Amino acid sequence: MESTTSATRLRGFSDERGVGLLERSGFLRTDPYTAGAAIALIVTSVIILALTTKGDVAGNPYFYVIRQSIYGVIGIALMLALTRVDYSRFRELRVGIYAAMIGSILLVLLVGTAANGSSRWIVLPFFTFQPSELGKLLLIVALAGFVIDRARRQSEAQRTARLLLLGFVPALLVLLQPDLGTALVYGAVTLAVLFAGGISWTHFAALGGLAMVAVAMVLVLAPAVGAPVLEGYQQERLTSFLNPSDDPSDSSYQTNQALIAIGSGGKTGLGDNAAQARAGFLPEGRTDFVFAVTAERWGFVGAAFLLSLYALLIWRALRIATLSKNLFGSMIAAGIAAMLLFQVFVNVGMNVGVMPVTGIPLPLMSYGGTSVLVTFMAIGLLQSVYVQSQLASSSRVRTQAL
Amino acid sequence: MFRPEDGRPTNSQFAVRIAILSGIALVAFAVIFFRLWYLEVLSSEAYLDQSQNNRVREVTVQAPRGEILDRNGRTLVGNRTALALQIQPEDLPTQPRVRDEMFKELSKRADIPVIRIEREIRRQTKDLPANPVTLEQDVDRNLVYWLRERQDIFRGVSVEEIFVREYPEGDLAAHLWGYVNEVNAKQLEQPQFEALAPGDRVGAAGLELQYDAVLRGTNGAKRVQVDALGNPQGRALSEVPPETGNDLVTTLDLDIQEAGEQGLARFGKPGAFVALDVNDGSVLGMGSFPSFDPEVFTPPVAPSAYNALFEDEDKPLANRAAQGQYPTGSSFKPITALAALSEGALTTNEIIVDDGVYEIDVLELKNAGDAVYGPIALRDALKVSSDVYFYTLGERADTQTDEGIQTWARRLGLGPATGLDLPYEAGGLIPTPEWRNELYAQAADPDSCGGRERLFEEGCYETDRPWTAGDNVNLAIGQGDLVATPLQMAVAYAAIGNANGDVVRPHLGRAVEDPLGRPVEEVDPAPRRSVEIEPAYRQVILDGLRDAAMTPNGTSYEVFGRFPIEIAGKTGTVERDGQLDQSWYVAMSPYPSPDIVVAATVEGGGFGSDTAAPIVRDILAAANNIDPAGIEEPTDGGSEVAE
Repeated sequence: MESTTSATRLRGFSDERGVGLLERSGFLRTDPYTAGAAIALIVTSVIILALTTKGDVAGNPYFYVIRQSIYGVIGIALMLALTRVDYSRFRELRVGIYAAMIGSILLVLLVGTAANGSSRWIVLPFFTFQPSELGKLLLIVALAGFVIDRARRQSEAQRTARLLLLGFVPALLVLLQPDLGTALVYGAVTLAVLFAGGISWTHFAALGGLAMVAVAMVLVLAPAVGAPVLEGYQQERLTSFLNPSDDPSDSSYQTNQALIAIGSGGKTGLGDNAAQARAGFLPEGRTDFVFAVTAERWGFVGAAFLLSLYALLIWRALRIATLSKNLFGSMIAAGIAAMLLFQVFVNVGMNVGVMPVTGIPLPLMSYGGTSVLVTFMAIGLLQSVYVQSQLASSSRVRTQAL
Repeated sequence: MFRPEDGRPTNSQFAVRIAILSGIALVAFAVIFFRLWYLEVLSSEAYLDQSQNNRVREVTVQAPRGEILDRNGRTLVGNRTALALQIQPEDLPTQPRVRDEMFKELSKRADIPVIRIEREIRRQTKDLPANPVTLEQDVDRNLVYWLRERQDIFRGVSVEEIFVREYPEGDLAAHLWGYVNEVNAKQLEQPQFEALAPGDRVGAAGLELQYDAVLRGTNGAKRVQVDALGNPQGRALSEVPPETGNDLVTTLDLDIQEAGEQGLARFGKPGAFVALDVNDGSVLGMGSFPSFDPEVFTPPVAPSAYNALFEDEDKPLANRAAQGQYPTGSSFKPITALAALSEGALTTNEIIVDDGVYEIDVLELKNAGDAVYGPIALRDALKVSSDVYFYTLGERADTQTDEGIQTWARRLGLGPATGLDLPYEAGGLIPTPEWRNELYAQAADPDSCGGRERLFEEGCYETDRPWTAGDNVNLAIGQGDLVATPLQMAVAYAAIGNANGDVVRPHLGRAVEDPLGRPVEEVDPAPRRSVEIEPAYRQVILDGLRDAAMTPNGTSYEVFGRFPIEIAGKTGTVERDGQLDQSWYVAMSPYPSPDIVVAATVEGGGFGSDTAAPIVRDILAAANNIDPAGIEEPTDGGSEVAE
């Protein structure tokens, strides 16, 4: 099973005898669990938005429902399209992809539209586009390429350093927007790809230690000596979750209200009596705190169902990482798994009060075009890795049979 | 390092790392899962409670105050609902830029300058920082709808339905009502306001203050579900309805009140009138000119209008009937007469020769208009108001009695305030030798206070001489240092006029009724005291006053000569330094057993019969349902000179 062989086979894919219509369209060999979980999540999101956002936009009770549905449909189409593409081609484009990512983030810094004090968006005619969201996926693909690329020529330490640099430059740019949450995703993704890419344990341990020192510097030392790195509200968000009821400031207000919403949901939820979000106590109920809204409405049962969908998705992503026909695909799948895990953990963790309040969307559940589209594209990439692995193994089987 | 070639990673090291990532994922999910279990299953009830508290607010429901009615049940002070534009300062956006933007928008829409919004907030939060600031009392309904649609932008701005005072009779009796104000911090510490909370409204002057406990209702409370902006959602969860305050039925007679105020207004000079029930002290009418619109005190009080009232030289806010301290002039003579008779310095038929001049020390005092009345007894002396006759009585009182005039003046109700059920009533001054001599001693001390403007501050009346007989002579005709309020004069006449010599306690309150009109309490204060008056003395004084009004050459014959009911009345004309004469008239009706006494005075009104008497005539006409236009003026022998 040499790479040249698989490449040849791949190109000859559609010409293979005995390949049916469904196979040719790419459906048969997709991973049904991944697709099923993703579609179940977007459907849940639309239902929750339909139930809770009726009164949010005067005169248009379905404003968010319609938009989220459109994003979902476009997202699924993008997913299907990516499923059919052989992700391996992206490896050659890694430099271009990386440059495009950096360029788009820089563009936002120059011409972006501000909201809540930070500029993250580029306003298009039908759509406000958030390049840093797409950047997460682009970074995964580019880094996956670089990981394999550099493996052959450099010393272990050089390789680690370069990869770190490649990951942290965009993270820093995003932090400047300022968008702390997304910057953290970049960092997590970089570390995950490095880790899966096989940097040495000692480097990784050192990195972990360094990270801890950095956090201590940023949160404790820098403000203490009068040179804060983070904006005041960021600092506040990162620390106030530790004791939300002591501190009535804005971010712990949100945490408190989210806790009240989730807690009052009970085992099976309040259904239509859930009013925490509808009455406006819980801000950002359709974006950052959509999990709390769901948990209030459907209770522990509903929240556990949501969590199990994410668990399924992440399990499949990790599984696909091991199934991949090549290291590039493994790295992509591992990166996507890390991205999803990080976002789910930080977002849900923030909702249940174990993580600080950072503006990270809950994949496919939070209302928002770019996030939905990018998550579906990530799922599409996973599917592509899966499909290619299936094709490779079936061709392997066929080869052996011959 | 894994296999460097791009190939299928079957390497066991890679599998270990994926397994580690899976382990991390497992731990992450476990943390969240158990946290969720803790929140939603183990401590759900505590959070459910919190969510209820989040959304349930206790809202005070303002209770309307009771109404103030006239004696026939007509509403004089009522309530109406108004839509008040209010700002809750603590709920305003904290960012100055956002707030300014909001004020600008609100200003455009509600047509209130931004400067005024900010000023009102500053002004109204100075005393009561937690209270809503009322920007405007009566706002347009359209503004209400407009704001309601934009509640999320206009945080802290609301429109509340409130009860405000309404005055169906306009300016009528404005001096009596007082006004209603938000209870202030100092009041809240007092026991009678124990049950109140900041923002509750209490009477701050006048009857609103005097009968606050009667009029004030009990606020209700409502538990309502609210959203995060505090907007009520749906129906109230529980409700304690507000209890409207009780109504105060006053003793006022609207016809008498109107007649008196119109009479005063006709002359357009500062003055006052009061009409009392001779027997029980009920105030049938009480008015003061100039008057004002009581609505000026309905919030938001416009400081300009308010200040204008305060700074007006004619002092429209003063209730001259109960607060105006005036020299009484000849209207004091009946008191002198009663004192002289009762103290044995005069008999009812004793003749004194009035040769037109009374000499004391180096002074020659004359009758008004240099009249000469010859030998006259008391009845005629009262009829023509002979000054010489009464000068003589003053001199006799000084030598033959122990401050007889002063004693009787005090007995009949002059001096201390009468005890009217209205705050800030003023008393008067009865000059005595002791009083003047003490002042004289003080005046000798150069460090003592001085100045006429401090007349009624204790011990601060400058004088250049001790008491002399002349003081008593002056007092006998109500000149000199004597001052009294119109109300005091009415009370004193009533004591002479009623059969028991009762010094009545004048009162405006008549009864308290609950909101359904059922009686709760009668207001009928006992007289302060009863004075023993010899019936013969009472009779001769009443006869003299009757003659003054009803017979030719009487001082007020030209006003009352053709009045269809016999009355007994006395003019008074006060000479005031550098000012026009002040006109007085006090009358009782009907003669000889009066049931009503009316006192009126007009600053700068000239002779008693010029202004005060016609006002009293109008009031008595109204009291007896007589058309004043139908009363002829007598053509035969009106008094040549008024006094």
